[in-house]
Amino acid sequence: MSAHDHFSLAAARPDFAAIAAWIPPGASVLDLGCGDGSLLRYLQDTRKVRGYGVEIDDLNIVACIQNGINVIHGDLESGLSGFESDAFDYVLLSQTLQATRHTEPLVQEMLRVGREGVVSFPNFGHWKARLNVIRGHMPVSDELPYQWYDTPNVHLCTLHDFESFCADLSLQILDRRVMTGGSEVHLLPNLLGSMAVYRFKRAA
Amino acid sequence: MNTSNSIGIVSAQRAHFDTPLTFQSGAVLPRYDLVYETYGTLNAGKSNAILVCHALSGHHHVAGYYADDPKNVGWWDNMIGPGKPIDTRKFFVVGLNNLGGCHGSTGPSSPDPETGKPYGASFPVVTVEDWVESQARLADMLGIRQFAAVTGGSLGAMQALQWSLSFPDRVRHVLAIATAPRLTAENIAFNDVARNAILTDPDFHGGNYYEHSAVPVRGLRLARMLGHITYLSDDVMADKFGRELLSGKPNYGYGIEFEIESYLRYQGDKFAAYFDANTYLLMTKALDYFDPARKCGDDLDKAFAVARANFLVLSFTTDWRFSPERSRTLVKSLLHNHLNVSYCEITSTHGHDSFLMQHTHYHEVMHAYLERIASEFSE
Repeated sequence: MSAHDHFSLAAARPDFAAIAAWIPPGASVLDLGCGDGSLLRYLQDTRKVRGYGVEIDDLNIVACIQNGINVIHGDLESGLSGFESDAFDYVLLSQTLQATRHTEPLVQEMLRVGREGVVSFPNFGHWKARLNVIRGHMPVSDELPYQWYDTPNVHLCTLHDFESFCADLSLQILDRRVMTGGSEVHLLPNLLGSMAVYRFKRAA
Repeated sequence: MNTSNSIGIVSAQRAHFDTPLTFQSGAVLPRYDLVYETYGTLNAGKSNAILVCHALSGHHHVAGYYADDPKNVGWWDNMIGPGKPIDTRKFFVVGLNNLGGCHGSTGPSSPDPETGKPYGASFPVVTVEDWVESQARLADMLGIRQFAAVTGGSLGAMQALQWSLSFPDRVRHVLAIATAPRLTAENIAFNDVARNAILTDPDFHGGNYYEHSAVPVRGLRLARMLGHITYLSDDVMADKFGRELLSGKPNYGYGIEFEIESYLRYQGDKFAAYFDANTYLLMTKALDYFDPARKCGDDLDKAFAVARANFLVLSFTTDWRFSPERSRTLVKSLLHNHLNVSYCEITSTHGHDSFLMQHTHYHEVMHAYLERIASEFSE
């Protein structure tokens, strides 16, 4: 992948750059629901990580192999029993949290196999989503491109929801980036941010 | 026959080795021959070689066909050839008949130069480690210091795995398909029943049936029938044969009535007509003994600590003889050792035999991975 590709990829997926900024060079990374392997490839090229992806879709597995990343066929819903405890520095869940059915056990599993967890998800508290609901419709946007009847998203949440979820699970939030269209949002993040990335660990 | 992407006409070669080979059992084979085929061209850097190891009943004829026998197509022809996943325009492919085999390499049916008679029962029991040792000598002879990849399915994949342990710096990639890091007790049990069918055949003569001009056909046929059942899946048997009766109605006797009976007997007869019973015994023993963890206190993680290769591990959903669970155990140990590994469980109805079948997703995964290997030496 060329530097230009990395630039356009980071522009298309602003959470990638945010995640990469948190990952020190040479770290070991497990990317859950790694899709075609773009994020891992990006982290391999820019941060020299030692990484593995987990993916369930046949076509994505082929794409991962073409992308030159390690991919392990697996279903996140059945846990991470194929991975040893404390095997990774970081376990990533990029734009997948909201589509997982067993969300709570999965987040627990992330912190069993990894030292820190990183998740990114669309913010259901974004003003556009709220406006849609006030107008009487389920939200459809760049971040939430599905209709109510064909969405894979079963566990959508707001920033507030995720933060209280972390508190309930005794997880310590280490870092947060909230974005809209690639720019960082500092003011009223739960209202103005369309996407969020969190880094967290088990509370000491 | 579709010859458009076949490697075309191939021919076998024979290599003779005079350096004695000491087997894991302690037995010594003073000299031996290995029969092999090669496809494609070894590049100047000798970095594009792929070794294909065969499974229980396989041999060196892996791809293409013979000029004088065009119907005799190699056993993995759908995988190897120009434009196929193992692309012979990019790779130099080596296939051999393993020691103990019955397709030309030195084995129980070959004449022992000491006595002039076939080795028979005196041919030493061969292990996967012994095979890999002999394969390394063939590689030396061919001028290949390091294979780009070693691959195979089932028992063939065990050899590929063993390469990463016996010669960590001589293999860059291991493609291990439909295999296991060791057989389960159930799996050994199937092999033992197969062996017993042969060993108790009155025509076996303690393994020296050659000098009695006999062949333990009944035992070999039974062994193959049993094996064949375990290589298929319930689904594929139901789909292919179901409960169809040959004559359309029951005859209330013990003749061949169901389609599946007819099929199994046909497979058994076909196999017994060309395969050597002693070789069958040896091959199943090699399967049973393969257990790299054993020397490391039953710790597979420790066994793979010496490995340096990159791995592609593939399993098939309906393979109950070498189940996906067995492959996942292997993957876990590779992960433990921080090795590069990709794993894919292919959805297929064909059971253990899936690794030999034309299957779109399976071949796409292989193609993608082999492209990656090719890009390493073409850059």
